Amino acid sequence: MSFINYSSREINCKIVYYGPGLCGKTTNLQFIYKKTNPEHRGKMISLATETERTLFFDFLPLSLGDIKGFKTRFHLYTVPGQIFYDASRKLILKGVDGIVFVADSQVERMDANIESFENMKANLKEQCYDLANIPYIIQYNKRDLPNVVPVVEMKKVLNVSGVPDFEAVAATGHGVFETLKAVIKLVLIELKKGT
Amino acid sequence: MPTSSLIMFEEEFKQITAIIDRLLKDANAKLVFLVDKDGQLIASSGDTRDLDTTSLASLTAGNIAATGGLAKLLGEKEFSILFHEGEKDNIHISIVGQRVILVVIFDNRSSLGLVRLRVKKASEELNTIIKKLLHRVEAKPSAEENLLAEISDADIDKLFH
Repeated sequence: MSFINYSSREINCKIVYYGPGLCGKTTNLQFIYKKTNPEHRGKMISLATETERTLFFDFLPLSLGDIKGFKTRFHLYTVPGQIFYDASRKLILKGVDGIVFVADSQVERMDANIESFENMKANLKEQCYDLANIPYIIQYNKRDLPNVVPVVEMKKVLNVSGVPDFEAVAATGHGVFETLKAVIKLVLIELKKGT
Repeated sequence: MPTSSLIMFEEEFKQITAIIDRLLKDANAKLVFLVDKDGQLIASSGDTRDLDTTSLASLTAGNIAATGGLAKLLGEKEFSILFHEGEKDNIHISIVGQRVILVVIFDNRSSLGLVRLRVKKASEELNTIIKKLLHRVEAKPSAEENLLAEISDADIDKLFH
């Protein structure tokens, strides 16, 4: 749920990166953190295990420019991808304004992508959200690896609704900002439609 | 519909700030925060210069969400108060009106008993304001709130240049 503060003239929105374990959600945020001017971002918080697997969430606050005199702030979160952290994923989806579904392009991860996508729909439904009414986009990550599924095939399985989708290599940053911009744009358009 | 925005006007912000300013003084606390359950900072009182308030708000909400998850597993509605004790500073976290989170940070110049007592009174006052605010948000948006409808696609594009 976005928070509009007329006193400080701020619009705050929450964006969640969802996807299977090791698909590159945290890597997306790390790249955004690295490449953003420190004036426009806060600290990145990672609640991770000792082996750097996300335990609860990563959090990165970003502030973009003004719109009609309102500062725009975006809180980026990732969910833990591993299957057994489902309770945590549900909590992080609360109050979400926009979602980036990060898919792992490797052939052997297609089942995990589908499982995670279905899990996302189920978790949203549990909180009375319908994916069709939430701004979301898809990122096909790890396009640089040799054993990837063709994008056309991935679209058929993961993007039947035809939402904006992007190819990416989050480790090098390819496609990371394109993805972020697209989801922010969708979130703001949704906000404009009606508060 | 869970996607509607939480909108706070100047007047409401002033009322909220007045209450938490008073709580800060009455409870002899170092800092007082009001955070939305989604992790957005609503208002703060006290010296926040050296503190990352954005992270604090987000982690508090995460903390409350995780505790709420535990409560559900045990068949409780929620655990409405959390208390973290440190060597110097302590944090008292409570849920107000099931929607927002009141955070009080205090050291040995105060005590848990005093904080609990003052929080109880402030919570009731805050609850009234928050309820009104939510009621207004649920009702039809006024012309002023529709200000955002005037955002053009060009405005959005400009953000990225």
